[in-house]
Amino acid sequence: MDWSQSLRLIAPEETLSIAGLILLLVAAWGGDKASRLISILSVAALVAAGVMVSPALCGGAMGPDTSAFFGQFHADAFASYAKILIYISAAASLVIAPAFFERFKAMRAEYPILVLFAALGMGIMVSAGDLLTLYIGLEMNSLAAYVLAAFLRNDGRSAEAGLKYFVLGALASGILLFGMSLTYGFTGTTSFSGINAALADGLSNGALFGIVFMLAGLAFKVSAVPFHMWTPDVYEGAPTPVTMFFATAPKVAGMGLMMRVLLDAFGDQAAAWQQIVLFLALASIVVGALGAIGQTNIKRLMAYSSINNAGFILVGLAVATPEGASAMLFYLAIYVAMSLGGFAVILMLKDENGDYVEHIPSFAGLSRTRPGLALGLAMVMFSLAGIPPLFGFWGKFLVFKAAVDGGMIALAALGFAASVIGAFYYLKVVKIMYFDEPADVVKGESDVWHKLILVISCVVISPLGFFLTKWLGGLTDTAATALFHAL
Amino acid sequence: MSGFPILSVMMLVPLAAGLACLFLDAKAARNLALVATLIDFALGVVLWLNFDVGGAQWQFTERVELFSGFSYALGIDGIALLLIVLTVFLMPICIGASWKSIDKRVGEYMGAFLIMETLMIGVFCAQDIFLFYMFFEAGLIPMYLIIGIWGGQDRIYAAYKFFLYTLLGSVLMLVAMLYMVHVAGTTDVPTLMAYDFDPKVQTWLWLAFFASFAVKMPMWPVHTWLPAAHVQAPTAGSVILAGVLLKMGGYGFIRFSLPMFPEASAQFAPLIWGLSMAAVVITSLIALVQDDMKKLIAYSSVAHMGIVTIGLFAFNTQGLEGSMMVMLSHGLVAGALFLCVGIIYDRLHTREIARYGGLAINMPRYALFFLLFTMASIGLPGTSGFVGEFLSLAGIYAISTWTALICATGIILGAAYMLYLYRRVAFGDQKNADAAAMLDLDAREYLMVVPLALAVLWMGIYPESFIAPMRADIAALEARISAAAPEGDSKVTVGKEKPVHEHAAHEGAH
Repeated sequence: MDWSQSLRLIAPEETLSIAGLILLLVAAWGGDKASRLISILSVAALVAAGVMVSPALCGGAMGPDTSAFFGQFHADAFASYAKILIYISAAASLVIAPAFFERFKAMRAEYPILVLFAALGMGIMVSAGDLLTLYIGLEMNSLAAYVLAAFLRNDGRSAEAGLKYFVLGALASGILLFGMSLTYGFTGTTSFSGINAALADGLSNGALFGIVFMLAGLAFKVSAVPFHMWTPDVYEGAPTPVTMFFATAPKVAGMGLMMRVLLDAFGDQAAAWQQIVLFLALASIVVGALGAIGQTNIKRLMAYSSINNAGFILVGLAVATPEGASAMLFYLAIYVAMSLGGFAVILMLKDENGDYVEHIPSFAGLSRTRPGLALGLAMVMFSLAGIPPLFGFWGKFLVFKAAVDGGMIALAALGFAASVIGAFYYLKVVKIMYFDEPADVVKGESDVWHKLILVISCVVISPLGFFLTKWLGGLTDTAATALFHAL
Repeated sequence: MSGFPILSVMMLVPLAAGLACLFLDAKAARNLALVATLIDFALGVVLWLNFDVGGAQWQFTERVELFSGFSYALGIDGIALLLIVLTVFLMPICIGASWKSIDKRVGEYMGAFLIMETLMIGVFCAQDIFLFYMFFEAGLIPMYLIIGIWGGQDRIYAAYKFFLYTLLGSVLMLVAMLYMVHVAGTTDVPTLMAYDFDPKVQTWLWLAFFASFAVKMPMWPVHTWLPAAHVQAPTAGSVILAGVLLKMGGYGFIRFSLPMFPEASAQFAPLIWGLSMAAVVITSLIALVQDDMKKLIAYSSVAHMGIVTIGLFAFNTQGLEGSMMVMLSHGLVAGALFLCVGIIYDRLHTREIARYGGLAINMPRYALFFLLFTMASIGLPGTSGFVGEFLSLAGIYAISTWTALICATGIILGAAYMLYLYRRVAFGDQKNADAAAMLDLDAREYLMVVPLALAVLWMGIYPESFIAPMRADIAALEARISAAAPEGDSKVTVGKEKPVHEHAAHEGAH
């Protein structure tokens, strides 16, 4: 393992960091006028990075050849899969942003750069092969995210969201660090393969505490119950493009990171963490579903929905099999499509003054005044509820299939039964749009990018999505295999 | 017909038309919907004519490996054939029933109906267990919208109830399906039908399927969504709900529960009998006191479904054939009765029985057809209702005398509530001036009720046409489950041979 090969393996990260730094200089000289150019270049950088990682995914790269810097960084198929999802989400959050920020005269040159650095951090998270890499990626992402949440600096809610996210996020990072130091103390190493080897003949109590604290910190990042409190407030307060970003990319990165830590570093100690993950999963499904019922703000609803979905994804992790990991990755792809579509609709819901309409009862009768939008949101809602033939069903199907195949039938039955509670609040949105008399609030014109994102996501989550199952299923299987062969 | 994917085409025609309807104005959508359903009906007739009675068990099979995890596999046997024909027969009538009464958002309405048709055909011909599940579940979305948008008051409550009840039942079934596929290693329905699951596990699997089918059926006591949904659905929604959607539960039992879990089915047969007896008696009594016509017919549907379930769990050929005949007949008759209610509802905009009266005077032709369907619902010989009910009861009598006795009272109660309904609506004085001023059937309504009336009579007079295609499939099913048949309370004893006459023996000696 020489340096040149390591540097070659991290080419996507290098691209993103150099692009970010150069664009920062452009921003410094060009000011906010250059924001459009910077956005375009940032998207280009993300696309370039995406192209760079795809050979590893398509070729099914795995094993020692893919680890850089003596195992600190893995550029395998798993990382590539997660990175592509992250880059897509980041790029989508960039293209939809200008139309939103123009309304508030708040489009600043920093926005695309922050998103770029957040995406870079998340890419490092899913590639982590060492506790330190993990932490660097996590903090790189988080610091950018705190600023993004408070990006509308004249808006009280946005500032509050940023502050809340920062305080709670810092606390979670602290807990995570504490867990990492315990793990290091009891295993004598920070590398995942080293931890795995050190725990080969049993788990000491100290290392067990390490797992628990690390899981608590990671659960915060994926907003799993009981570490979900920040989610609704941050989602509601943050500017909508940022919320869209938070709902998609960090979820992928957080889940990817959790899989790396639990399935690689603690892969042989599954019995120790399975029940924790099991609890996180079921609690997230139930609390996410129950919490959503009373919500009247669509962004808060989406926040609870993301908590609920995190629960379903964690079901795949609780099984601790390659099949479960593959199901999680598939679910994440569908989840990203559903969230992008959902937030694209939210961005298009404007009243006649161009103000954003987030109050759900104001959508009444949307199907008659804006049939296309209503259809799009209805598809997203039914898909999130997991009703076939919409593609959202397939994600749930795969994770529960993995659970049944892994012998966790009770978990599958409970999880599915709880998904019925979730169906209720998705149905409520559809009911308001389709059954109620028109309130005629939503009137504004929509940006063409928003429409494009909505159409693409709707095609993916429509029954046509099932034609992707073979291809995407092959990719997720490869990625999951790579994850299990990373050490 | 070899090579022509007729089942796929039958699903594709309404799907394409349904999607097109979403973008059309009212008039064009109506016409397109009618044309599409008529094409599908014609295809259904072609399907029936080309079905080789006594040929291979599974015909018109198609199989394409399009997806990972499950395959696009279609195919029908006689049982599925008849239910598909029922579906495509009722659909044009449904479109006709909504021709005038639906005047808002027609394109969306027709679109939802046509997509429903695709999904229902899909349910009956899916040969992959997960494909079946998807069609089975997907029907919830259009039905939710149909009830919720075009229903009456309380439609929203009814729509929620319908959706959440059936969803909860189905997700448990999905877990069972996942387990079955895990154990048997295949998603192919015919293979699973012949797979012997461990009897201990069967119990749980059966219960999970039961949770879904019992709600869809619906069986007492989980039937409460049905009256709510029926009353609030538009006429055509009720017709399709009673005519086809309820058959999905029965089809599920006959296709999945019985052949896949024969031991568990036998184990739970007394439960089914008990629930069926309760359904027949209790819902018939409830129907007797309704003053809303649609509610009355909805409750009578639950009672008829009770007869279906006892026939299914009689574990003999008569019972199985009988339950299929009740399903087909109920599809026609309940559909027709809802249509009859819809016809007068369109004129007076009330379903309250007391607001009508003496319709035989000013609407004699309507009264005639209404009478025919009433009699068919009661089960008068010569109408379709008789054949199925008789066979079902004969089937259950062979295994459980008590069940047969109590369920037979359902026939009497059925006569009571239906005749009572008919008397209040069609006979007596014309006490309401507005009801007395209603016009008789028009040409469009004739076109809807006459085919139904003919079908009802055909099925009553010559049921062999309908029994023949499914005879072999029923026999195969009976062979699969008869070994597990539960011990009932009917103690059938072989009669003693008559003692040979003395002098006859003598004569033989000469």
